Amino acid sequence: MKKPFDINADYQPETFEFKDKKLVDEILSRYPTYAKKSAVMPLLDVAQRQVGTEGAKAKPAYGGWIPRAAMDKIAEIIDQPPIRVYEVATFYSMYNLAPVGKYLVQVCTTTPCWLKGSSDIVKSCEDYLGIKLGETTEDQLFTMVEVECLGACVNAPMIQINDNYYEDLTPELTKELLGALKEGKEMPAGSQVGRKCSMAITGATTLKDQAKKAGGA
Amino acid sequence: MLLDDKDRIFTNLYGFEPFNLTYAKKRGDWDKTAALIKKGREWIVNEMKASGLRGRGGAGFPTGVKWSFMPDPEKSGKPHYLVINADESEPGTCKDREILRNEPHKLIEGALLAGFAMGAHKAYIYIRGEFYNEGSAVNAAIKEAYEAGLLGKNAAKSGWDFDVVLHRGAGAYICGEETALIESIEGNKGQPRNKPPFPAMAGLYSCPTTVNNVETIAVAPTILRRGGAWFKGIGRDDNNAGTKLFCISGHVNNPCTVEEAMGISLKDLIEKHAGGVRGGWDNLLAVIPGGSSTPLLPKSICDSVIMDFDSLREVQSGLGTAAVIVMDKSTDIVYAIARLAHFYMHESCGQCTPCREGTGWMWRVMMRMVEGNASVEEIDMLLDVSKEIEGHTICAHGDASAWPIQGLIRHFRPEMEKRIMEYKKAAA
Repeated sequence: MKKPFDINADYQPETFEFKDKKLVDEILSRYPTYAKKSAVMPLLDVAQRQVGTEGAKAKPAYGGWIPRAAMDKIAEIIDQPPIRVYEVATFYSMYNLAPVGKYLVQVCTTTPCWLKGSSDIVKSCEDYLGIKLGETTEDQLFTMVEVECLGACVNAPMIQINDNYYEDLTPELTKELLGALKEGKEMPAGSQVGRKCSMAITGATTLKDQAKKAGGA
Repeated sequence: MLLDDKDRIFTNLYGFEPFNLTYAKKRGDWDKTAALIKKGREWIVNEMKASGLRGRGGAGFPTGVKWSFMPDPEKSGKPHYLVINADESEPGTCKDREILRNEPHKLIEGALLAGFAMGAHKAYIYIRGEFYNEGSAVNAAIKEAYEAGLLGKNAAKSGWDFDVVLHRGAGAYICGEETALIESIEGNKGQPRNKPPFPAMAGLYSCPTTVNNVETIAVAPTILRRGGAWFKGIGRDDNNAGTKLFCISGHVNNPCTVEEAMGISLKDLIEKHAGGVRGGWDNLLAVIPGGSSTPLLPKSICDSVIMDFDSLREVQSGLGTAAVIVMDKSTDIVYAIARLAHFYMHESCGQCTPCREGTGWMWRVMMRMVEGNASVEEIDMLLDVSKEIEGHTICAHGDASAWPIQGLIRHFRPEMEKRIMEYKKAAA
């Protein structure tokens, strides 16, 4: 997958500072002292989240992404040339290297989700948001992308929005979900038809005693 | 013959109870862990060998044997590492997710026991980045374990110092390959390494390392408590023993994840647990039995096949991660496999030419096969190319991309030929 990545773009800020220095130190402490480089992935994640936190308060709001200045800062922290950070950031699909909408809608379309109607989910997202896969809405609220298997196949079809999985979707439920987010409501993650994790929808076929005790049968 | 609840390891699979330490202890986790450790390294490894447990990540290598490959910690002169593979990304597979969010203490206790057995003082759990909430559950459980003295210095009063660190991935299927995973923890692109040296000799930071799947580690404490013989007594035979988490997805009435005995018949699994095939058993077209990389099985084989390593190998497929993807007669089977070809193209790390170029080539040809815009000879060419990719790459990603297509041609060649004929007729 080609990700938008332009280190000289206009939107790149000049500088970047980690706000939570203690967290940076804690991350470095997870790895042997000679292996600072191991901290590159957690630090990229922290940078993306920090930008996302700022973006959530901004007007118009935007989502988490990693500016070039943040990558250069990370390179400095882990004593590596910047290219070592760029190559990691471009290899992994979860690092956004250009601005994204406040809500990053990732629709899974791999075979298990496709069998359960992910094409209809893509269509309902496109219809509701008025954008195509890979695009961002004009108000910067939503960016929609297609992703490969997210590992919730028993609860297919599903989409991931920022950190949350929304599962057992239908086109109607998808539109309701996006509508609620648009209005600024927090939406509970997980199954959207009220099923407990990956239990059979009609009730557990095993562990029935526990299920009964918990009222989940 | 279905598995009894008393023989289930994952008693909180569906999260009826909280995952926290108080409830985990009630479910039997962390019960006399120190006593198990005091029995010694050799006892643990032998008990794991005796249990017949085979790795639950897909390849099915005997776990006890794998642990025994680690050098003697007193002689190796280097730190040893346990790395737990929670990069669950094989399409169809969502079993480790349930362990991570509902039973994380089984995983952490297993890490301590496995770590001790291989002389490791540190374990890294590599979780896929998308599992953000699941990772947070694991982190909370790790924190609880430290606070209760179950991790850290003299972990669980066993005399063994042990640390566990969660490392989040960032969206790369290939990091489920053990050496790519190690590269990723070291802060590099997740590109697999050549073997040898094997990780047991030179793995993470060039130190002796064992990489195990989440389920493999999480079942270890129960096996050690109840005895290898108990585990071996479940299942079809000694080579296919124990319980296993199965994920049933696709065209079934009630998709679910369930713990069952190894060797359950595919039909029982689908009918007793997943509510049957949509439209009834006769509406079944094909099943992918063990995650996307295992070749599909047509209904005629599904009627009688048994779900374990050896039975599925006999029908030229595999148990893999035991992720059963069910497809009914409404399925465009050629597109279903073409979509998997797209997955393998997208996830190729780009290191080896046969895989980097071949996965894209196979996807493009498969997309023409969906329409029938091809010649019959191209089916043979596709099969040939898939065999040129298989076995000619550093890691098994090349093999995994080839197998689903080989399975399709093996069982659905007439369907592919029919589409080509129809396309020609329509064009004429």
